[in-house]
Amino acid sequence: MGLTSSRQKERKTERQPSGNLDDRIKLDVQDVGKTFTLHNRDGVQVTGFSGVSFSVNMGELLALTGPSGSGKSSVLKTIYRTYLTNYGSIVFHRADGSVIDLASCTESRVLKLRKREIGFVTQFLKILPRITALQAVAAPLIELGEEAQPALYRAAELLNLLGIREELFHISPLTFSGGEKQRVNIARGVIAPKELILLDEPTASLDEVSSDRVLDLLVDLKNKGIAMVGIFHDKGKIKRVADREYSITRDDGANQSPSFQEAA
Amino acid sequence: MLLEVRDVSKIYGTSCGQCLELTGVEQDRAICPRCGSVVAINSISLFAQKNEILGIVGESGSGKSTLLQLIYQDQVASSGQIFFNKLTDENGQPLNILKAPPATVSRLRSREMSMIYQNPQLGLNFLFSAGGNIAEKIIGAGERRYEQIRNRGLDFVDRIEMETSRIDDYPEEFSGGQQQRIQIAKALSSSPQLLLLDEPTTGLDVSVQARILDLIKELQQEMGFSMIIVSHDLGVINHLTDITVVMKHGTLVEYGLTDQILEDPQHPYTQLLVSSIL
Repeated sequence: MGLTSSRQKERKTERQPSGNLDDRIKLDVQDVGKTFTLHNRDGVQVTGFSGVSFSVNMGELLALTGPSGSGKSSVLKTIYRTYLTNYGSIVFHRADGSVIDLASCTESRVLKLRKREIGFVTQFLKILPRITALQAVAAPLIELGEEAQPALYRAAELLNLLGIREELFHISPLTFSGGEKQRVNIARGVIAPKELILLDEPTASLDEVSSDRVLDLLVDLKNKGIAMVGIFHDKGKIKRVADREYSITRDDGANQSPSFQEAA
Repeated sequence: MLLEVRDVSKIYGTSCGQCLELTGVEQDRAICPRCGSVVAINSISLFAQKNEILGIVGESGSGKSTLLQLIYQDQVASSGQIFFNKLTDENGQPLNILKAPPATVSRLRSREMSMIYQNPQLGLNFLFSAGGNIAEKIIGAGERRYEQIRNRGLDFVDRIEMETSRIDDYPEEFSGGQQQRIQIAKALSSSPQLLLLDEPTTGLDVSVQARILDLIKELQQEMGFSMIIVSHDLGVINHLTDITVVMKHGTLVEYGLTDQILEDPQHPYTQLLVSSIL
């Protein structure tokens, strides 16, 4: 980890005298790398990313930046365990103080964490085709034990806030436009916010107004103490929501040194 | 831990003793070259936790259904151990159900586990009405009072979104999709902890298939049982399961989170399988 980041963290602890660094940290990614081996293409190896290290504290949003193809989405998928890790550790700090290495723990453990503690807002909406927008958004809340009626009500509120027209509430979101789908996805991701949320370009296909509302939601989440790692491209947005930026660069093996900087 | 399968094998034929080493995915065969025995299941170990949904995929002949049948005790494994939930022997040690007394196995099959077969002829008794089939399972689970059995039967017919007035009709009077629904009602009427499904929607037209999958998913969320579902359809696996097990030539090729198996498959065979999705 670079000098900048540790200095940054020290300052952070000064600002938060209530807790020391160790009990505010949520995710600690240490020297993680991912290579794909394509067995059906003569075993050719494709590097996803290498030597990635960063950490995120509670109530903090870390922006992942870098040119397309640099492996930003792969980093998020690796944290979520959709991709397996070749080396390095991804340590998740639970609310009870225990720690789990997401790169090596059992699948059952990951499933439990995904239910309550680690969320992923992807660019693509993955739901069953026969579920309405309201049901899709309310589902994570109902899964936590909330009654259906209040959960649907809260879902409607969120969709409203994100500018989804009411006439679409009872239609499958799979029929929606790209931007609408994305907002449904975000609503699903924040309705029962998990302690750590991974965001893959949460505002990519949104207009100014919707994008503003999403950014406001993210700031709210930070104030609730939720830690986030998000992929953003727009400098202005990064400035508005991110506490720090971690940029992934790819110079094909030779002297790859991801850089850490404070969001200006 | 709800279910643990430890080093289980199933060999058809008289084994020469080396069948397990001479077959499997690395050897690229399931028939022992030395003695000609068929190795349907080769040293498989896996486990399922409460509330988890496991999928088993693989080509036909890879041993998927046999594995389910070994778990459900429809067939007897040649070797290995299977443990279920907190089942223990008289000394308090975990009980290997492959060595359990018949009464225990029968109780396990009627109360703790249920199986839904691809072919309704296997899962339903065609000489009994739909209600009779469901009642058989409820009685097996220990209920003896007629009123309770009848009401529970009606409740489950309703839950599978079927007219309750049809409860006294016979299986042959229903369509294939409806027969699968009756199998689901029967299987779940004992409130099992583990539901085994062998290609439950194969052969049904797509709209019926979708509705049955939705129904299974809904009931799983409502009742909270674990499932192991065998399917060669990766779409079904993707929508329904948390964890996927890939099999070939009776061997377990890969075990992982379903999204990992589909997006970052490790084994050459899994990569081939995933790249074959249309």
